[in-house]
Amino acid sequence: MNRSILADMLGDEYDILEAENGVEAVAALQKYGMGIGLVLLDIVMPEMDGFGVLTIMNQQGWIEDVPVIMISSESSSAHMERAYNLGITDFISRPFNALVVHRRVINTTLLYAKQKKLVDMVANQIYEKERQSGLMIDILSHIVEFRNGESGQHVLHIRTLTELLLQNLVLKTDRYQISRSDIALISTASALHDIGKISIPGEVLNKPGRLTDAEYEIMKSHSVVGAQMMDNIPVHEDEPLVQVARAICRWHHERWDGRGYPDGLKGDEIPISAQIVALADVYDALTSERCYKKAFPHDTAVQMILDGQCGAFNPLLMECLTDVADQLPEVLSCDSSEAVNRMELRSVAQEMHRHEELSASERTLQLLEHERMKYNFFATMSQEIQFEYTVSPPMVTLNAWGAKRLGIHETVMDPVGNAEALGILSGESLRGLSAALRNTTPAQPVVKFDCLANIGGEERWSKIIARATWSSDEPPQYTGAIGKAIDIHESRMKLDALERMASHDTLTGLLNHASAKKRILERMEEKPDGHYALAIFDLDHFKSANDNYGHIFGDQVLKFLAAKLCESTRGADIAARVGGDEFLLFLEYRGEFEHVISRIFDSLSGCSYENFPISISMGVSRTEIVGTDYDTLFHAADQALYTVKRSGRGTYRFYDESMQKMLSVISPIDESHP
Amino acid sequence: MTLQECYAAIGGDFEGVKGRLPSEKFIQKYVLKFLDDGSYDLLVRSMEAGNYEEAFRAAHTIKGVCQNLDFTRLYQSSSQLSEALRNGYSPEAPALAEQVTEDYRQTVTAIRALKESAGA
Repeated sequence: MNRSILADMLGDEYDILEAENGVEAVAALQKYGMGIGLVLLDIVMPEMDGFGVLTIMNQQGWIEDVPVIMISSESSSAHMERAYNLGITDFISRPFNALVVHRRVINTTLLYAKQKKLVDMVANQIYEKERQSGLMIDILSHIVEFRNGESGQHVLHIRTLTELLLQNLVLKTDRYQISRSDIALISTASALHDIGKISIPGEVLNKPGRLTDAEYEIMKSHSVVGAQMMDNIPVHEDEPLVQVARAICRWHHERWDGRGYPDGLKGDEIPISAQIVALADVYDALTSERCYKKAFPHDTAVQMILDGQCGAFNPLLMECLTDVADQLPEVLSCDSSEAVNRMELRSVAQEMHRHEELSASERTLQLLEHERMKYNFFATMSQEIQFEYTVSPPMVTLNAWGAKRLGIHETVMDPVGNAEALGILSGESLRGLSAALRNTTPAQPVVKFDCLANIGGEERWSKIIARATWSSDEPPQYTGAIGKAIDIHESRMKLDALERMASHDTLTGLLNHASAKKRILERMEEKPDGHYALAIFDLDHFKSANDNYGHIFGDQVLKFLAAKLCESTRGADIAARVGGDEFLLFLEYRGEFEHVISRIFDSLSGCSYENFPISISMGVSRTEIVGTDYDTLFHAADQALYTVKRSGRGTYRFYDESMQKMLSVISPIDESHP
Repeated sequence: MTLQECYAAIGGDFEGVKGRLPSEKFIQKYVLKFLDDGSYDLLVRSMEAGNYEEAFRAAHTIKGVCQNLDFTRLYQSSSQLSEALRNGYSPEAPALAEQVTEDYRQTVTAIRALKESAGA
């Protein structure tokens, strides 16, 4: 009711979304993002209170973009202070005055709109400025290359290589204290490394053959001349870009071992910027065609550098080169204009990063809005259950179709342990899925997870395919997941039925021998110190049943016996039809076991099926006597059965060593069992 | 019964509310809507069930609505009750809840009378 008074007061001029509690408010913010112009927030609410909402808005950075006016009767100064500290713009105490609320809402929205506009203007200007200064540097260095008769790609390559090597270097060491903005600066300045060549006479610069010593001295002067040019730039000589460019110009022909020029600096006396550009320069020179040489293939060039044929370098940089070597051909073969663009965008992004309040420009927002529209469209069309999970706040958001299908809200807080979520997946499945996602890596983020889900009131097998999302931090943080659930119930059921068919005897429905053996082995492996018995039995005079009454009758006798066998065994026992009229029973016993066998034996024999008297012979072996090797156990039971057969049928015997030489009923007689 | 008489009967501040909210029509609309608000029922149920956290929120909501509409008498008793329940049960809560019930009945009776004359 308080909400509707407010809504009524603001009414026609605004589109109003109402949230009944904090959780709904967070869900709406998650869904509409900066589409929400202003939040009017109460403190006391069910599920999650106003401070909870503010805390999440802070964690997510929404508070930067979405102004909050708090309206509450909790007007103690402690509450107000806490709310202001959490970033609210205004606090209105109850009872509120309609006019005041109205005015403050207008003022706050206008203020934020202006601020957004300014942010966009600044971002656009920075973008424009960056683009222009990049362009100027490119023009300048192209003049040098033009005189040099080089392709024009050289400067771009050096810049890309420099950036790549620097990014790799900062992962390895903090020895050089290189920040993100330093990387941008050095990469940009790298374009100027050969600017001094403008002073070298054309006939020396472009001489196809070997240079004379005198000519070589002239050629070498380009490093010092380049540095002087930077020194002599009026007004801007203290700019970081000029300083870095000066270092690169002067020292990009120094060597790690001190045998370079012009100053013969050694090791880390050479600024790291110049070291990197030197390496990039050598690599690009090797892989390009020059007036005095052909181009070497990528692999050869890298190997030559690593072998020390092309100068001496910082061993750490050799490691960097090895690390990035695989990426180089691809990165450098990118369309060059695209490469420039990408680089510029990246430097704008870095610029934006330095000014943290510039979190996103209008352009980015439009792109995001477009993506969101696309996503929503496909999500509605696809008739799939799709979801998004965020770790902080712990929340699952379903697409509208999926929520309707499952009959739960679109937003579920704290899914592991939430009653709504537990109504769909078991706690075990939820935890399993959660653990599987956490165990992914940024390189392999996709998880496939089969489980039973309660969909529309029915337990159905579902396959959940999800992709974990990892942040771009170093090391990457697990931030959540996106995914969908596919109904695989029919195919899963079919598979189960097939598995059942393959493991069971079609006539009696008991296990077949192969699958019984498998289960017996599993059972003994699970609990190797248990006492087990294996009984094998067959029907006496079964052949006469077949002969006298026909095979259909014979089959019915077998079914009858199988049913009796099921009745007289416990759930943990394993009963199977070995083949023909032979059956097997495996059981675990504790202590006295003879009466167990005699009870089973009695319940199986001594009755009759349609006047055919059921009489069986049974042989039993025990792991206590023969050990747990399956074949030995089976063979022993078989020999005990043979003993019964020979001594007149209709009873059971336990295997003992006296039977060792017995022939077997079932096993073929072969050399190894004489 | 007029809106003004109704405010007199429930111990409210008619001048105050007229100064804050846009129009008498607007005020009357929400005064009548007060009859449909479920917070009082929720309060009674929660008190009976011993769910004092929920009872606190219900009392707090009643307090907020009364504050907005300047139902001064019910505002005061619901305000005291919500303070008594802020940290769960307290010994004075049942007596204060009695007072809220008493004030709520008076308020609702007066509003029903207003509704009848408005409907007629």
